[in-house]
Amino acid sequence: MAFTFNDDSRTQFEWLLTRYPEKRAALLPAMRLVEEQQGFVDNEALDYLAAQLGLAPACVYGVFTFYSHYRKPEDGKYVVMVCATLPCALRGAQMVADTFKQELGVGTGETTADKLFTLKKVECLGSCTTAPVCQINDDYYENLTPERIKDIVADLKAGRVPRHLSNGPTLDGGRCAYKPMMEAVQGKR
Amino acid sequence: MILPNYKPILFDGAYTKGEWTLERYLAKGGYEAAKRALAMPRDPATNSVPALINEVRDAGLRGRGGAGFSTGRKWGFVDYRSPKPRYLAVNFDESEPGTCKDRVVGMYNPHMLIEGCLIAMHAVGIERGYIYIRGEFVVEFDHLCRACAEAYQAGFLGANVLGSGHAFHLQPHRGSGAYICGEETGLLSSLEGSRGYPKVKPPFPAVEGAWGCPTVVNNVGTIASLPYLVRIGAGAYAAIGAAPALGDGPAITGSPGSQVYCLSGHVRKPGLYEHPMNITLRELIYDGNFGGGMLDDIPIKAVIPGGSSMPVLRCDGRPYLAADGKESTDNLDLEMSFDAVRNAGSMLGSAAVIVMNERVCMVNALYNLARFYRHESCGQCTPCREGTGWLEKILGKIVRGKGGKADYERLHNVATQMSGTTICLLSDSVAMPVGSFVTKFREEFKYYCEHGKSMVKDAIRL
Repeated sequence: MAFTFNDDSRTQFEWLLTRYPEKRAALLPAMRLVEEQQGFVDNEALDYLAAQLGLAPACVYGVFTFYSHYRKPEDGKYVVMVCATLPCALRGAQMVADTFKQELGVGTGETTADKLFTLKKVECLGSCTTAPVCQINDDYYENLTPERIKDIVADLKAGRVPRHLSNGPTLDGGRCAYKPMMEAVQGKR
Repeated sequence: MILPNYKPILFDGAYTKGEWTLERYLAKGGYEAAKRALAMPRDPATNSVPALINEVRDAGLRGRGGAGFSTGRKWGFVDYRSPKPRYLAVNFDESEPGTCKDRVVGMYNPHMLIEGCLIAMHAVGIERGYIYIRGEFVVEFDHLCRACAEAYQAGFLGANVLGSGHAFHLQPHRGSGAYICGEETGLLSSLEGSRGYPKVKPPFPAVEGAWGCPTVVNNVGTIASLPYLVRIGAGAYAAIGAAPALGDGPAITGSPGSQVYCLSGHVRKPGLYEHPMNITLRELIYDGNFGGGMLDDIPIKAVIPGGSSMPVLRCDGRPYLAADGKESTDNLDLEMSFDAVRNAGSMLGSAAVIVMNERVCMVNALYNLARFYRHESCGQCTPCREGTGWLEKILGKIVRGKGGKADYERLHNVATQMSGTTICLLSDSVAMPVGSFVTKFREEFKYYCEHGKSMVKDAIRL
């Protein structure tokens, strides 16, 4: 079925268009809106965005494929991104990768049969002083040990909020993205 | 020299829950500096505030993103005759391996960043600013958006801010996992909704940046330093830490102000340590209030002082043959300032200090970095796209034990030919570590090529 924005995404998208001098600049944030709405970005959504922004679909595909952090249709529910760059490598990134492979029973770049986990090796996540780290969906997990990784996997499998979440203070009311800001700019708050 | 009880500026309130709110920031005197700055009138001819630009220049503030260029001078380069609107782009891409300081500012001190943006935007005469944050930093992005919402509600952003008659707008903008978007022109391409391809300079962004308009691009650490700078004044700011700047001369010297050192790798207490730039590398690694010494007491071997793109320092006390053929050693008693680290043949960069112990095989360490750069090259310029690939392949061949004597020279040649031949500096950022690794640890590379195995016993798996 062809992708269309729901009302929530549509409102945010139209507000985003007012925040840049050119429409096209809303492309990257709009891909995030797609991601939030349906959990991933696929070609149908890219076609839709191209039409919305007056761009050629090829141009939008070109932009999308340049960036590595958008969720893809084939990704599992939890995308485990293991940082492999030097500062993490010095503190045991190989151990992290090995433990996840063992716990999930998949190799790097693979998804578990139940579509719950996708394991990815990524470059520097920018949390080098708490190495080794990984990111699972939106959240960072820092100072990883084999025990912690086992707990995290067990918690996610059981549908619990993992014990070792290390994002610092969570905002009151949780994830917000643009909404409170949009309301404040529009004088609705 | 360690200053006892140095009170953090950028990290004021870091790691404290609820500290990000406007209420807390105002209680600490927040937005007072913006009030002072916005009370300074704009010069109608240029729509900028020369006195404020001069103050930032005289304070000697240097960019915290890597290049260490004078912030005041950068603002001075803006094309003030252009009739086009001007833009601010704050670089919150923070992707240089080893660097992770801006995250903490964004999460716990977002209003300090917003206040800094107000000061910069007023000084240069900018109405719209964008904070380009890397895609991985979801929670930090949310904090920024929430803080912007508070600032709009309280009238610190919007039309006629603080009765100045000027409008100020800020928009956090999330990237999506591309190192190259930390390069200023790559960042602007990405902001405009394109692939993050860097552009040829000149024209510099100050003349032709975002949407072809004059644009100021500054790092989070630079912008967040502004409220404190304005509060205490240029003279007092210039006196913090290392030797003060020399004013308006051609050379940019001096390293005043707070620096956040990102200490990672094999130290007992890796972490983010804020201090003026008169601290030495030895103090940073070994002092109990900082790194606390080497992890498990395994002796030190090497340090990258400014993020992975900077030349490595050999710290095991053994001499090496430098590129000029002279026997050299690197010294741990190195002052961690822009000038001192440059004089030592490296760069302070983003102050990301990566410490490696004796069990690190330098060939494997370089292979790891080569893989990073191959992955992150944007692919526009042939020397970088192909060169990063070749380096990874040659190093991969060596670490698999298939290297030959010629491979050592080949690494050198490829790196040399990548330097200065591309649109942006990514290519040079690979050439610098490669050149310094193979020069300073020549014997390890030669041994690996000749024996098909690492010279390091019990090497850590990288």
